[in-house]
Amino acid sequence: MIPAAFAYHRPKSISEAVALLSDLGEDARPLAGGHSLIPMMKLRLAKPSDLVDLGAIAELKGVREDGADIVIGATTTQREVIASELIAAKAPILKEAAMVIADPQVRSLGTIGGNVANGDPGNDMPAVMMCLGATYLLAGKGGERRVAARDFYHGAYFTALEPGEILASIRIPVPPPGHGYAYEKLKRKVGDYATAAAAVVLTMAGGRAASCSIGLTNVGETALWAEEAARILVGSSLDAATLRRAVAAAEAITSPASDTRGPAQYRTKMAGVMLRRALERARSLAH
Amino acid sequence: MPSPILKKMHVSMTVNGKAVEGLVEPRTLLIHFLREGLGLTGPHIGCETTHCGACTVDLDGKSVKSCTVFAVQADGASIVTIEGVAAPDGTLHALQEGFREMHGLQCGFCTPGMITRAWRLLQENPNPSEDDIRTGISGNLCRCTGYQNIVKAIQYAAAKISGAQFKEAAE
Repeated sequence: MIPAAFAYHRPKSISEAVALLSDLGEDARPLAGGHSLIPMMKLRLAKPSDLVDLGAIAELKGVREDGADIVIGATTTQREVIASELIAAKAPILKEAAMVIADPQVRSLGTIGGNVANGDPGNDMPAVMMCLGATYLLAGKGGERRVAARDFYHGAYFTALEPGEILASIRIPVPPPGHGYAYEKLKRKVGDYATAAAAVVLTMAGGRAASCSIGLTNVGETALWAEEAARILVGSSLDAATLRRAVAAAEAITSPASDTRGPAQYRTKMAGVMLRRALERARSLAH
Repeated sequence: MPSPILKKMHVSMTVNGKAVEGLVEPRTLLIHFLREGLGLTGPHIGCETTHCGACTVDLDGKSVKSCTVFAVQADGASIVTIEGVAAPDGTLHALQEGFREMHGLQCGFCTPGMITRAWRLLQENPNPSEDDIRTGISGNLCRCTGYQNIVKAIQYAAAKISGAQFKEAAE
């Protein structure tokens, strides 16, 4: 399986990369870890004229704290996300989600930026970013702009990224200390995309949910932010009746495809089951 | 405008401790450069779809699937393949010995990738639990063994490297 021929570029800075992408035109593609793009190129489902490799751009790498936020460079690998002490301490749901992506070799090279920017509804990080209220910093020839993760995804493989733009970094507001979290993913085997998955971050006060945010993976054209389900839970003790209503509200916004992972109805129900499990675990971790 | 496509680009890297270089098309995958450019046919081409792990090599201290890396991306990198695992005098690495002693292979097709992956795993985690091993090699498929003896082979190697003796027998 040999990809179609292309020209290869290895810029050293973001400005050089976006200038290249803009000059080379719409058939040029940025290359990060390559673990979505290279398989597509081998199948000739993607035939870019040029690849602009972001791998040598130091300013796109790394995890740092900036005030009340964590900022993750786009080409930070899943392996680096898992190894980050800052993430483990402040936003451990990111580590938990990264650990159920693909397998160790893929996580060595696959990047968090590629995972969120590709627009594949099967990717795990978009729902987690929606859940956390992350903001994406996009860089283009004309400058930078910020787009909320909750506004970024327009359809399968359609995002707010304009031609010539790249994702530079992800800014995540650190959830409150003592928050509970969980990413529950149902998959058939290691390396598979989710049949359905749910991300939950919640805080508890006096036995009641003080705040709650929910993201769902691979049960629609894009990752989903289950705003109504979370709203139902806030203020409740997460009692059985309220949980049932919230799960029903989350299931109601799904529109999964029937595919080898199961019929649509089953996948919707599994989204509900994953949400229920994630809520239970998040509550047990909240203090 | 798209750039004119250059036929070949120059790459240089360190493979199994030796400096090597070559001319490659940008679309040349690292596995093809290793096998066809350098004659290192230890890493195998299995699924070609980033699933099976038969092409696993070590790239700058990380296990990667070399069917999903362009050779040009590895320019300047340090790579270890299965050919670089044994001692220069041919003495087998503890993992290679473990796979032999514990019957960790049958057809042998997955073995170079399995050992190269386990070689990095034991450096990351010298004393892995059975669960750590199974998770650690979850990107490597074997269609013969059922994995039981592969896990034992890695346990054998971990014990040997730490100076202990692995007391279990192969299944």
